[in-house]
Amino acid sequence: MFTRISIHSVTVLDQQEALDFYVGKLGFEVVSDVDMGFMRWLTIALPSDPERQLLLEVPGPPSLSEAVAAQVRDLVTKGAMGVAAILTTDDCQQTYETLSAMGVEFTEVPTRQPYGIDCALRDPFGNHIRITQLAAQPAEITEADIARWRPEAE
Amino acid sequence: MSPQEHQNRRLLRARDAMDRDFARPLDVAALAGIALMSPTHFTRSFRSTFGETPHRYLQRRRIERAMALLRSPSVTVTEVAGQVGFGSLGTFSRTFRAIVGVSPTEYRTSARPLGVPVCFVKAWARPSRFG
Repeated sequence: MFTRISIHSVTVLDQQEALDFYVGKLGFEVVSDVDMGFMRWLTIALPSDPERQLLLEVPGPPSLSEAVAAQVRDLVTKGAMGVAAILTTDDCQQTYETLSAMGVEFTEVPTRQPYGIDCALRDPFGNHIRITQLAAQPAEITEADIARWRPEAE
Repeated sequence: MSPQEHQNRRLLRARDAMDRDFARPLDVAALAGIALMSPTHFTRSFRSTFGETPHRYLQRRRIERAMALLRSPSVTVTEVAGQVGFGSLGTFSRTFRAIVGVSPTEYRTSARPLGVPVCFVKAWARPSRFG
């Protein structure tokens, strides 16, 4: 039925500021930047994954009333809009150090997880972005885990 | 951004600091400083923005992180208490039971690892009044 995910929307409050961050700091590239009259159609993608795009969308008329757009902006800046994207990297620590030096706001430093190493940051508006360096193999469940889960009655 | 949106971002920055530095002794004055507000205004604004006081948010973040640590068999309850910012094992155990409903040891016996990225665990597994 479907072959891939091509575009998903990320709500931003200012497209130029979004470009400064996503392109200038995170390393995305602009795919489309078209003035449609009623909106600026602005998509970005990673050079290594050009088929998967983020649409940087500003809430506002005529799509949304001013009142509803204000509610959306309120939610974005409260960090209530969830994760904008989970990005994969080959080297989480190096990515963290590079972006930290650029002043990127990290909410979580690189931490070893069962699935790899990851950290998290916010874009200038409050959207959450996760960066994951995936483990070479799936997390292993040990005998100690199995023993701990076994009900004592068994 | 409007003044309210700027305030939201500053408050979110303080909440992120709690999520990141939960094991450190965080007080309202330090958090208010991150949000660039007076302590009284910070507490009031945080509550109206996120639905609970900063103290309550931090306490439940610490308990959520304790629950995460207890899902690993390799740490003792005493170690967990220290790692999430409780100076006293008694206070930790009492707080844990009051919020989770079982003791840390009982929780560990029944717990399973959660196979989703940790930010989702943090967001969805933190005991709150909203659930």
